[in-house]
Amino acid sequence: MAGWKSLKDMTVLSKPLPRLDGPDKVAGQAKYTHDMHPKGLLYAGLLVSPHPAARVVKIDASKVRRLPGVKAVLTDVHPTGTVRYAGEEIAAVAATSPEVLEDALELFEVEYETLPFVADIDSAMQENAPRVFANRPNIRDPRVRGEGDVDAGFARADAVVEGEYRTQVQTHSTLETHGSMVYWEGDELVIYDSTQAVHGVREGVAKFLDMPVNKVRVVCKHMGAGFGSKLQPGRYTAIAARLAKETGAPVKLMLTRKQDFLGGGNRPNSISHVKLAATKDGKLTAFYAKTYGTAGIGTNAGIRLPFIYTIPNWKHEHYDVFTNAGPARAFRAPGCPQASFVMEQLMDELAEKLNMDPLEFRLKNDSNATRQKEWRLGAKKFGWQRRHKKPGADTGRYKRGMGLAASIWWPGGRGTKATMTIYPDGTLDVKCGTQDIGTGTRTYMAMVAAEELDIPMKRIRPMLGDSNFPKSGASGGSTTTPSVGPAIKNTSERAKTKLMDLAAQFLGVPATDLAWDSGTVYMKTNPVKKLTWDELCQLLGTETLEVHGQWVEGLSSRGVAGCQFAEVTVDTWTGQIQVNKIVAVADCGLILNRLTTESQVNGAILQGISYALLEERHMDPETGTMVNANYGDYKILGAKETPAIEVIFYDEPERGVIGIGEPPTIPTNAAIANAVYNATGVRMYELPMTPDRVLTALEAHQFAGKED
Amino acid sequence: MSKQNSSNKISRRSFLKGMGSGILSTATLTTGGLLSKEAAARILGPEGEAIRGRTTITLTVNGRAHRLAVEPRTTLLSALRDRLNLTGPKEGCDRGHCGACTVLMDGKAVLACMTLAVDARGKTITTVEGLAKGDELSPVQKAFVEKDGLMCGFCTPGLVVAATALLQENPNPTLDDIKEGLAGNLCRCGTYPKVFEAVQTAAKSMRKGG
Ligand code: FES
Ligand code: FES
Repeated sequence: MAGWKSLKDMTVLSKPLPRLDGPDKVAGQAKYTHDMHPKGLLYAGLLVSPHPAARVVKIDASKVRRLPGVKAVLTDVHPTGTVRYAGEEIAAVAATSPEVLEDALELFEVEYETLPFVADIDSAMQENAPRVFANRPNIRDPRVRGEGDVDAGFARADAVVEGEYRTQVQTHSTLETHGSMVYWEGDELVIYDSTQAVHGVREGVAKFLDMPVNKVRVVCKHMGAGFGSKLQPGRYTAIAARLAKETGAPVKLMLTRKQDFLGGGNRPNSISHVKLAATKDGKLTAFYAKTYGTAGIGTNAGIRLPFIYTIPNWKHEHYDVFTNAGPARAFRAPGCPQASFVMEQLMDELAEKLNMDPLEFRLKNDSNATRQKEWRLGAKKFGWQRRHKKPGADTGRYKRGMGLAASIWWPGGRGTKATMTIYPDGTLDVKCGTQDIGTGTRTYMAMVAAEELDIPMKRIRPMLGDSNFPKSGASGGSTTTPSVGPAIKNTSERAKTKLMDLAAQFLGVPATDLAWDSGTVYMKTNPVKKLTWDELCQLLGTETLEVHGQWVEGLSSRGVAGCQFAEVTVDTWTGQIQVNKIVAVADCGLILNRLTTESQVNGAILQGISYALLEERHMDPETGTMVNANYGDYKILGAKETPAIEVIFYDEPERGVIGIGEPPTIPTNAAIANAVYNATGVRMYELPMTPDRVLTALEAHQFAGKED
Repeated sequence: MSKQNSSNKISRRSFLKGMGSGILSTATLTTGGLLSKEAAARILGPEGEAIRGRTTITLTVNGRAHRLAVEPRTTLLSALRDRLNLTGPKEGCDRGHCGACTVLMDGKAVLACMTLAVDARGKTITTVEGLAKGDELSPVQKAFVEKDGLMCGFCTPGLVVAATALLQENPNPTLDDIKEGLAGNLCRCGTYPKVFEAVQTAAKSMRKGG
């Protein structure tokens, strides 16, 4: 099994190529789940609980049922009848038009017995707080990790810093909400789903509906992004399937924007009490953290401390806290942006105490060889030496500052299968049951095959997003490219072998006498005896050639490094932080498509800025529901907040393919926070760094200064 | 005990429905496509009641006249997507926050989710599907593909249409003009840097007559 060609021999791979589905997407021809519109389509919607905690006493749908145009109503969609967050599904209806659906949803009469609730982490942690789950305390048992002797580590340190850091709940808020369009063909169910996992949804829905997996097909050709929120099957899909069964019609059920905010997933918050120590020569000796986070009614609100650093003595106790809020879901680099906010600021604080440059301090404590080089490369490109040595050095209203932070990620490739079908006319299909969630999967599938077989891209039709295709995992954890890339390469190689066998038969020589070059098979001893790609495929006669391949070891690896540098201007009158520039150094082994990879890094950084400065789920303590569950009040970065971004790829092609979707979103918030400190001399301990928080911190700092 | 009978929900449509003529004159919402005074009077009548019921209208979309049945409250977005199966314009929020539904109405960018279908009668509407000439993409569309001004692509139709309108008004925009012109379009994937490049590239090629 051959490895990847060397970078300089590649003619297609690792080039910047526009994505193949670009033309369909810019022309409005790409069909998303939300766009599916078969004949006779019924519009379905959910009635959700307005209460964060309640028992459903009675659902009266008689008025709904009497409304002309209502075709089916379900009042048993809640599994227990006990509501634990505002936004849980209570009833569903399918109607002939969006207008009838709107009216129908206004006609339900539901009687609730409301219960005490805790919608935010601080109230949930109070003694005697109402319990989210009657039989369990809100604060779960801790998960404790660590190594060495923490007390001894602190004892031998020369400098110690400690503090409390907080990060907010962030919602995924993908532009296409969660949802499905489903129909039945006899006893078989076809699901168009906005999903990151066609195979996972197929298995999940089959289980929900207690039906055989092979009678369910899930399709997702295009989807309006996921960021981790669409990795699992949705209850809405099963509900749509029931409505479709009852009516014998296709049914589309998309969550409304508000429902998506309430129940479509989020990144847990974090409260971290932390302490970090080093000796005066700049070696970290000890770290201690006690952290809390809420994943709503879910779990896994952990934070990945001590982040990238190797510390001989450390201990981390983490507590998940239940709240009456929508369950968290995996969100781009789970647990990591929170960790960078905490750890990278602590590192800067400690560097200052030790009178050391933050970069130099990191170089002393970062054991990753790749990142060692990246820190230096990035610092040079960014102009780190221009940084104010003394924080808050600019005089006047506007203050500039610079900061840096690291990134990290682990997973690599895993089992994925693919099939190639070669036609006698020299065209071919590559099929893989993966998804293109906007990352360019479809495009590099064709690129890998084109590179391996030395044939033009336009002869290749990449096909994905269908559970009838060979199995691949969910598009999550930055695992897709290191899984799918190698699987397509392996399939292409097997295709080559089969075609060489055909050529050998035709030429009447052993296959071992043949070689493959530039899409042509020739005899090693007599190179004029050859078959071009077209001739090879013609040998198939009227048959097609089906080849199966899969992910194999050796073409991908795991673990990426990366770092980022931020320059900001703080308006000390308004508290506004403007990000002027981000320089990102990113590595992901062999880059398959430089253009789409750069887009992914850009996007990760912009989400990082948005997380740093704007986004925050606000829960109303009175009603226990999210008060900013719309794009107007939940602020997300837009064109005007987009700074200059410079992405520098650190190529390591010898490592094979590694994913990149997640790591570049990790350091951005911390690089900005450190830059804000460098600009103002004021440290921000809470995200997002909104103008009011900045002003409050600036004022507190001024006041503290006067008291000295 | 609590009763839910969604009357506490204020949707845009029930808001429009509730606007009697008195309230209307003081309405402060100024979003481009929002119901005009005349249109409201026409739809609502003096009592502000006639919001339900069906009416048949003609819409001129991408150069073709379509007859379709809508309700007075039907948005242009729903008319395009649910009646005419023109699903290029996307629904990201259905209340004027995201720009995914942007279309051209008499050459100006409007939010189709904030425009009533009946209010689009007699206007010339162009959706993203109408920008290409046959298989030939428009300069803006080509530049979006070439520069990779898209990822998941759900915001892309809105951005392409908004960029088209921007370049019609200002053929030679600065980076700040572009940011300003696209400020109403949300891209959750964060394609903006490439979108800016695409708009600059398109501007250049259009000035050359491409
Ligand atoms: S759908 Fe119209 S602005 Fe969001
Ligand atoms: S490309 Fe996904 S929202 Fe813009």
